[in-house]
Amino acid sequence: MGTYLNKIYIIFDRELKGYFRTPLASIFLLVFLALSSGMTFFLGRFFERDQADLTAFFSWHPWLFLILMPAIGMRLWAEERRSGTIELLITLPVTNTQLVIGKFFASWIFTLIALVLSMPIWITVNYLGDPDNNVILISYIGSWLMAGAFLALTSCLSTLTKNQVIAFIISSISGFILIMAGFSLILSAVRSWAPIWITETIGSMSFLSHFSRIQMGVFDLNTLIFFVTIIILCLWINIQLVQLKKAD
Amino acid sequence: MSSKLVDAKNLKKSFGEFVAVDNINLSVQRGEVVGFLGPNGAGKSTTMKMLTGFLEPDSGDILINDIDLKSEPLKAKEFIGYLPEGAPSYSDMDVSEFLSFVGKMRGIDNNKLLNTRLDEMANQINLKEVWDRPIETLSKGFKRRVGIAQALIHDPDILILDEPTDGLDPNQKHEMRKLIRAISNNKAIVISTHILEEVEAVCSRAIIIANGKLLANETPENLGNNLIQENILSVTTTNKINNAMLKDIKSTLNNENVKVEPLGETSSKILINQENKIININKIITQLNKHKITVTEANVLKPNLDEIFRKITQNNKVTDKWI
Repeated sequence: MGTYLNKIYIIFDRELKGYFRTPLASIFLLVFLALSSGMTFFLGRFFERDQADLTAFFSWHPWLFLILMPAIGMRLWAEERRSGTIELLITLPVTNTQLVIGKFFASWIFTLIALVLSMPIWITVNYLGDPDNNVILISYIGSWLMAGAFLALTSCLSTLTKNQVIAFIISSISGFILIMAGFSLILSAVRSWAPIWITETIGSMSFLSHFSRIQMGVFDLNTLIFFVTIIILCLWINIQLVQLKKAD
Repeated sequence: MSSKLVDAKNLKKSFGEFVAVDNINLSVQRGEVVGFLGPNGAGKSTTMKMLTGFLEPDSGDILINDIDLKSEPLKAKEFIGYLPEGAPSYSDMDVSEFLSFVGKMRGIDNNKLLNTRLDEMANQINLKEVWDRPIETLSKGFKRRVGIAQALIHDPDILILDEPTDGLDPNQKHEMRKLIRAISNNKAIVISTHILEEVEAVCSRAIIIANGKLLANETPENLGNNLIQENILSVTTTNKINNAMLKDIKSTLNNENVKVEPLGETSSKILINQENKIININKIITQLNKHKITVTEANVLKPNLDEIFRKITQNNKVTDKWI
């Protein structure tokens, strides 16, 4: 078991350091922090709302992640396939599962770093008022879980192509569908012809409806299971796709 | 425990309708360097990818040091060092970082041992001057050397190198061959190449495949002796040989397989193909002297590997462009 986890850690370590070897990490962190705070203060009207909470900050996360998570995850497998290093990886004494998990966690922990760096906004709101810090903590955890689901989806889809740009586009489109699944416009269109259980299933697949519950401080088992299931399912498909597409 | 480090039986691999590898048997023992030759698309790389566990054969078995690659892939892969075609590597990493990554993944978990191996690689493969440079800034020659170093980092029993000298300049090629020879004593090595002189220079056995089929599996010397029935004596003379003289020579030598190539105005080259018979140079020169032909030079021409390769692969209707 020790060796098994150690191999995952070696993959994870290489991948995470990989983000910082290029300007990608700093650009990403800057863009994330600039956009998240810009949206909070300007679009979210943080001050005008006159409320000591971070709703204005977190409510933009699904939309930010829609673009930023594919940007982090697009290289995970597309680049290995393009450069031929996938042949090197697969001929090492390591399983595809270890490779997929190691890579995924590297991107997920990188996102955690970005979220941790946004903490000054938490400090600010505590300085200005008396927010419910439990709700904020739950929102942070929820946001990280949702990022994980976006990343697992991107990692899985990046196996399908050797081109990072294509990986980015298909991941963003798929993410958009998962966000929009909960919108009443979509649901009412489906409701007109589909049985109620289909409408409910589609509605329950929405990242947005799960995340909005988290934002209110409601962290129920359903939401946890939802995001974890999405992550596990996407990674499982990812492992199968690596096996299938490695030699293409 | 068999002495075969690599033992592949009845390997088959198809991609859709295309049969890439068709029933190939191959075994390599410790101390052997096997050269894998074939036109482009012959199935060399596919075979190597199967031997290293990158691709699964449609049918057939591969034993690596007596371990079944299919049922125990992780254990079997530990014995293999592999340089894939084009020597891919993580271009954003430094040479030392990359080799240390591969070393750790290959199971060298003791830091002291890892550092010793890294030092050995830096010295043995001559990587010292680029040790802390990102791989993307290196020349093709250095990149290839880094590829070799990652294949050797865990001192594997089996080394599989797909075109190790491709893209190297003549000096680098020479160095690479020297290295392969130096490490070949206690390893089983398989190299694929387009360069036939490489096979003669480093290989103890040559395997020729075309259209996925194994056509020859011989020592480079036997390849010539067994596959091409030619035994040619080339004689340079100070005379101009005309057709009448050629006819006389043929009847004196009792051999119809004699050709004449003019060399300038006053001399000629006579090529006598003795086929399976032993060449007796003295006898032939004496017989030529009878026709007042003065011999200034006589050489026995060995068939070269280029010709052998062309002949074998073309006989098998290989239409691919090769080399």
